Amino acid sequence: MPAPSQTSTAPAATAPTGRRPARRRSVRPGSRAGYAYIAPFFAVFAAFSIYPWLDTAWVSLHSVRLTTYDQQTWVGFGNYRNLFSNSFFWNALRNTVSIGIISTVPQLCLALGVAHLLNYRLRGRTFFRVAMLMPYATSLAAATVIFLELFDADLGIVNWALHLLHLPQPDWQGSKWPSQVAISAIVTWRWTGYNALIYLAGMQAIDSGLYEAAAIDGASRWQQFRYVTLPGLRPTILFTIVVSTIGAAQLFGEPLLYHNGIPNGGTDGQYQTLGLLMYQQGWTNDRLGLAAATAWTMFAIIVLAVLTNLLLARRHERRSGVPVAPLVAPAALEGTR
Amino acid sequence: MTSTAPRTLATGGTPQPADRAPAPTSPRTAKAVRGKPMDAGPLSYLVLVVVTLVSVFPLYYTIVMASHTNAEMAARTPPLLPNGSLFSNIDKALELAPLNKGLINSLIVASCVTLGTVTFCTLAGFAFAKLRFRGRNLLLGLCIGTMMVPTQMGIIPLYMLMAKFGFANHLQAVILPTLVTAFGVFFLRQYIASAVPDELIEAGYVDGAGTFRIFRSIVVPAARPAMSVLAMLTFLTAWNDFFWPLIALSSQNPTVQVSFQSLATGYAPEQSIIMAGTLYGTVPALVVFALLGRQIVGGIMQGAVKG
Repeated sequence: MPAPSQTSTAPAATAPTGRRPARRRSVRPGSRAGYAYIAPFFAVFAAFSIYPWLDTAWVSLHSVRLTTYDQQTWVGFGNYRNLFSNSFFWNALRNTVSIGIISTVPQLCLALGVAHLLNYRLRGRTFFRVAMLMPYATSLAAATVIFLELFDADLGIVNWALHLLHLPQPDWQGSKWPSQVAISAIVTWRWTGYNALIYLAGMQAIDSGLYEAAAIDGASRWQQFRYVTLPGLRPTILFTIVVSTIGAAQLFGEPLLYHNGIPNGGTDGQYQTLGLLMYQQGWTNDRLGLAAATAWTMFAIIVLAVLTNLLLARRHERRSGVPVAPLVAPAALEGTR
Repeated sequence: MTSTAPRTLATGGTPQPADRAPAPTSPRTAKAVRGKPMDAGPLSYLVLVVVTLVSVFPLYYTIVMASHTNAEMAARTPPLLPNGSLFSNIDKALELAPLNKGLINSLIVASCVTLGTVTFCTLAGFAFAKLRFRGRNLLLGLCIGTMMVPTQMGIIPLYMLMAKFGFANHLQAVILPTLVTAFGVFFLRQYIASAVPDELIEAGYVDGAGTFRIFRSIVVPAARPAMSVLAMLTFLTAWNDFFWPLIALSSQNPTVQVSFQSLATGYAPEQSIIMAGTLYGTVPALVVFALLGRQIVGGIMQGAVKG
């Protein structure tokens, strides 16, 4: 591979500084090589990710049908106006937010507690870790089909257990909040163990000297958790919040399969989400322009939510003096697809 | 980050005497201080066992439901132990939905996606970690930023693109778009940046090796642990993927996840048969997971710290 300094103009300006830097540069691979190595990735990425995203923006400004995709009629921001004046959209947005909160807040708190326990010296710790990750290995399709039976209003084991305990047995499909809780239970079931492992990894990276120092200062276990573990985990916690927010915003498969594959989010849309609404608009109602507008609105909402998270974290950091590391720990393999 | 935590404590706690001698005050306190990975108490075990049971119970109960007839499941007291109707239920489920075809398709899709992702992402991760080129940081930042983009943003043009290529209802339609992930690039960049010393690469150039030779003989062997982690996670994600395969494939040529849907929306949705089919389609993944569970756990934890 040819030395890059011959082709690039930058080295010429710095060349007079002496032999050593010039020689050093000559053993370094240059700009051409770098592009060759990222080219395969970016070729696929551009063709099947970036192009579709941009084209979706274009489609969102048109009236388009599935069967006559090439005949696009310009409507400007009509689809967006249509969307924002549509009660289905606001219903789906409200449900996405409420299911998002019910499914992520308890999940992350639970994961934090479980990770704390897993961090103790423990018999059979590998067993516990693997067992708690079983739900993650179960697909969302299988998990939803299974939970649908568990939560069946008449025959499900959940209501049978509630009956034994003389507790009210809600209609987990028909009523609004029970159905949202049931869907959140699927999400929580699948992702708690995974997030617990992320937290556990973060906990094990905390300098054990800090715990020793805290113990010398007479800190109780709870104080150690509060003043050593939590501050040390702050970047990890921020990361999991961001990833969960992104996942919750595009919730799709669970509400679809929870109504046997009908994309209306329950008979009254009681668990209709934005991700599912977009699918319904495009593939059931054949209004691709409107669906594309929904998709871009979802993206805007995600960006807003993530920026809010980061801003809150930065504010907290300024007040408490604990820096939040830049967001660099994406262990989530966009697993919410 | 590391220095602030004790400071918070020190200000609120007791002032540290300057005469704290190196000799421990008593063996008991010294032990309490040293034993940082504290032993779990019985209560901790209890909580962990409960969480484990909750994690496993739905899968166990799937076996219970799949091994009874529908009439038995409708009894006033639902059964809690497996029964004998499992195989006849699976047979009925296989008539209802093309589960075997789905399993084979899923295997093909997940294998191709894993191979492509690991190859392309290792190449790009190496370039971002060790090669200098103009716009490197910008491109990497762009790559990371795209993790925020929801699946929904791409599916309409993708669907049209695949129809135009004649790939609709073919496995290529599912494989091609998922062949690379931004996460994979980022993950391998982080790993290679820390696991491969610059000196080693420079030495390679001094010895007259080309960039690809260095990639093959130095970087790939060093990055192998990260590549296998990425491979396992990618395979699992591709195997479990639902949204895009649902749109791209027909119910006659589905992945196993898509075939679950035709199972649940069939003509006579019988609980036991649905469960038998779901179990049948899920067991292969769970068996692989049971075999590789320890490595997958390690991989996820490694992925969390490496970043």
